[in-house]
Amino acid sequence: MPEELNLDYSLLTPEFCLAGLAALVFALDLFAPRFRKEWLPYLTAAGLVAILGLSFGWANKESDFAGLLSVDNYTTFFRVFFMATAAAVALASAQFVPARLRHPGEYYGLLVLSTIGAIYMAAARELLTAYISLELLSFSLYVLVSYAKFDPRSNEGGMKYMLLGAFSSALFLYGLSLIYGSAGSTFYADIASAYAGGTEEFDLGLLMGLVLVLAGLGFKVAAVPFHMWTPDAYEGAPLPITAYLSATSKAAGFALLLRLFSSAFLPVLDDWQWMFAALAALTMVLGNLVALQQHNIKRLLAYSSIGQVGYMLMAVAALSSATASALLLHLSGYVITNLAAFTCIIAWNNLTGKEEIADFRGMAERAPLLAASLTAALFSLAGMPLFAGFLTKFLLFQAVAEEGFLWLSVIAVVMSLVSLYYYLMVIKELYISQPEEPGRLPVPALVNGLAVALVVGVFYVGIFPRHLFEAAQEATKLLFA
Amino acid sequence: MQTGYVLLATIAVPLLTALALTAVPSRYPNAVRVIAVAVGFVLFGLSLYAFFAYQVADGEQFQFQLRWDWIENVGVLGDHGITLHLGIDGIGAPMVLLTGIVAFAGTLISWKIDYRNKDFFILFMVLVSGVFGVFTSLDLFFWFFFYELAVLPMYLLIGVWGSSSVFPTFARTKEYGALKLTMYLVAGSVLIFIGIFAVFVEAGIGTFDLLALYQVQFDEDFQKIVFPLFLIGCGVLAGLWPFHTWSPDGHVAAPTAVSMLHAGVLMKLGAFGIIRLGMQLLPEGAEFWMPALITLGTVNVVYGAISATAQTDFKYMVGYSSVSHMGYVLMGLATMNPIGVNGAVLQMFSHGVMTALMFAMVGALYDQAHVREMSIFGGLAQRMPRFVAFFAIAGLTSIGLPGLSGFVAEFNVFVGVFRTYPALGALGILGAAITAVYILRMLALAFFGPFNERWKELTEMTRWEQAGGALLIAFILFMGVFPSPFADRIAESVLLIPGVR
Repeated sequence: MPEELNLDYSLLTPEFCLAGLAALVFALDLFAPRFRKEWLPYLTAAGLVAILGLSFGWANKESDFAGLLSVDNYTTFFRVFFMATAAAVALASAQFVPARLRHPGEYYGLLVLSTIGAIYMAAARELLTAYISLELLSFSLYVLVSYAKFDPRSNEGGMKYMLLGAFSSALFLYGLSLIYGSAGSTFYADIASAYAGGTEEFDLGLLMGLVLVLAGLGFKVAAVPFHMWTPDAYEGAPLPITAYLSATSKAAGFALLLRLFSSAFLPVLDDWQWMFAALAALTMVLGNLVALQQHNIKRLLAYSSIGQVGYMLMAVAALSSATASALLLHLSGYVITNLAAFTCIIAWNNLTGKEEIADFRGMAERAPLLAASLTAALFSLAGMPLFAGFLTKFLLFQAVAEEGFLWLSVIAVVMSLVSLYYYLMVIKELYISQPEEPGRLPVPALVNGLAVALVVGVFYVGIFPRHLFEAAQEATKLLFA
Repeated sequence: MQTGYVLLATIAVPLLTALALTAVPSRYPNAVRVIAVAVGFVLFGLSLYAFFAYQVADGEQFQFQLRWDWIENVGVLGDHGITLHLGIDGIGAPMVLLTGIVAFAGTLISWKIDYRNKDFFILFMVLVSGVFGVFTSLDLFFWFFFYELAVLPMYLLIGVWGSSSVFPTFARTKEYGALKLTMYLVAGSVLIFIGIFAVFVEAGIGTFDLLALYQVQFDEDFQKIVFPLFLIGCGVLAGLWPFHTWSPDGHVAAPTAVSMLHAGVLMKLGAFGIIRLGMQLLPEGAEFWMPALITLGTVNVVYGAISATAQTDFKYMVGYSSVSHMGYVLMGLATMNPIGVNGAVLQMFSHGVMTALMFAMVGALYDQAHVREMSIFGGLAQRMPRFVAFFAIAGLTSIGLPGLSGFVAEFNVFVGVFRTYPALGALGILGAAITAVYILRMLALAFFGPFNERWKELTEMTRWEQAGGALLIAFILFMGVFPSPFADRIAESVLLIPGVR
């Protein structure tokens, strides 16, 4: 417990602004029915980008709010990260929402609210604060996943997600109570000093606590064997929300995991490393192998994202400052790539209403720019050069190997090879198969622009990674101080 | 004047061309062609310059060096963690020249591609860039980066512009060939990837710079374990038996220019990798595993030649003949004596030019006749004299006729092999004899003898094909009658490979 509480509310300005933005979006929808609702996504995105700019004001500062939330480079990194992601998702939803969903105000409002939860998951340095942030993110997502009210798949996905999510929250909370019982504090720093100073021994209670916390967070990030909800939720959710699930929900889980395990449990690293290593190996093998059999593009990306989670869990297993910065880099590259892929898929779905892999045939003829962007994104996910995936995987796997987990890196590389196969099967439909009907599709300029911007991001990370990598290193440095 | 910017240009020019081509509207196919051929010419000029400006006996092992720090002091990387470090030695120089020649010839031959030719040339340029990058990179990360970059466009190049083969009892679709080739090559690169992890961790100096890694004395057991990763990983691309099966299927399915570049240049990347990563980085591991390599190389030669004899399809015959000829390269490398390794590198160049010519000629015929069955042709020499002359030169080079490049190369390989493994040398010569069987049989069957009236519609090759073919033949003759510019450069650098004596 800190000696004197720092109650400087200005530290939380970006999140206050986000809450204000969410309220504004709700209110516009509610009180101004004639307000042109198709402007909501642009308003949301513009607001997010403005607040994103604002949050740079806390760069390279280190402070905390009442010992509960850190405002340091790590938080700033994820503030930028989550707001940018939400802005991209809001833009990608611009055509989808009016066509498929009702009540756009709540949709965009919940998107913004969930971003606050995600940011505080990264910022939390106390277990209960972390839990509450997690719930803020999760509750927003439960609603968003089942947002297509008249689509049974969406309802089913949302229900599964909520039930399993609630179950995992309970596990997580129980784990927290055991940790508190063993360590005597809920503050990360106090837990770390309790074990580092030798006042507390690693005991069965803590082990159980860690297992349960891991299980709870495993649900959130979709690690095998806690991944069962993922394909159904991904398939049922409205497409932009699927994109959001694959990006923010996962990244927030890892943001929490990374800070928790480096700030609180680093002293007992040897006792929990094996759990992550086993989980990572299982996750990447199963995710990639099951992906081979998918026919629906959403389910394919769901399983491929499970595979990606496996790569990221390796970094937690081999936790060091080098793997942590490589993890942040990989996470950034992965999220940009995934958003690029989903932007193209959403656009194709808007134009044709289809989402089976076979329905993507001839996309190169009908929407060449989208096909090229999707191909770039898929090659990046497979880890091919020029694109983000090659570089971030290379550095991540190398960092993991450096920490003595060469065997995990070997599995990861082999699984990348497997993943190339199913991505190629999609690319084959795009370029080699002939389209069902000829003629160009009218792709809105904004969508093309968004896809190109994201692909440029993919190239940027893949070719000029220096700045992002250094930012990732700055962000994670304090975790290991 | 030597400047690393020449090498940088060979990588950057095709990449930037690919980027620029995206801006050309696809309704101007001729603009695309002109740009592609012009860039091909520029690349040819740059590679010619790099080859001839390379100074023999200049005291520097690597010339044309350029070094830009890319990422450093982050994560596991120390000072000069990853650098864009370019440079060529006497082995890299002829390979750069080879790439320039084949890339230029490839753009000429591809003039007649109509279907989405813009997309074709974009991918083709990416491929060329990757190949130049591998031959010039002196940084392990970038070496691997470009290695993968060369594989990246293959799936689409073969899948979209390739051709399927139908046999009486089965078919080999272009999708099959494309997928097989891509998966095999990436599987090979998985092994290289693992090798790179291991080398970086073991060296513990925080840099991927090859020149720094060459100074590290790796533990002998470590070398023995890791060398096979590089050997097999690169060997897959070099067509090493029994990992060669992608090669005939992939090359047959590929469009002409891609077959030329792939069989002519990409397979050499594999052999080049065995030298750069295997022999230069892990010399003791190389010493230990070379008996295995020479055995497999001999199998390559004999097995490839016998398989080629059994083919009825022109392109499959050329594909298996590549497997056989790459065997000489592997045998030469495995001798670990100067003359054998010299021969191997000479053979890399010679085979590259020769096989590119063969694929170009097969493509020229196929585009008109739409079949590749050897036995249904006959007496084509009457209708297409130049075509047959070009094809015959390629065939005779393949047999190793004196005065053509193949002779110089194979002679060196045989001398090297006889010094160390006389019995295998005899088998190698047997392979050359079988080569004569299938080449001469093909010439007799398809090109000479009575003219088959069914083919009276066939006409001579296009100007572009003749130009591309003539370019390749010029270098076959150049190396055949005046090999010293090649041999001098290679010999000097080969002696600097640790373990070669």
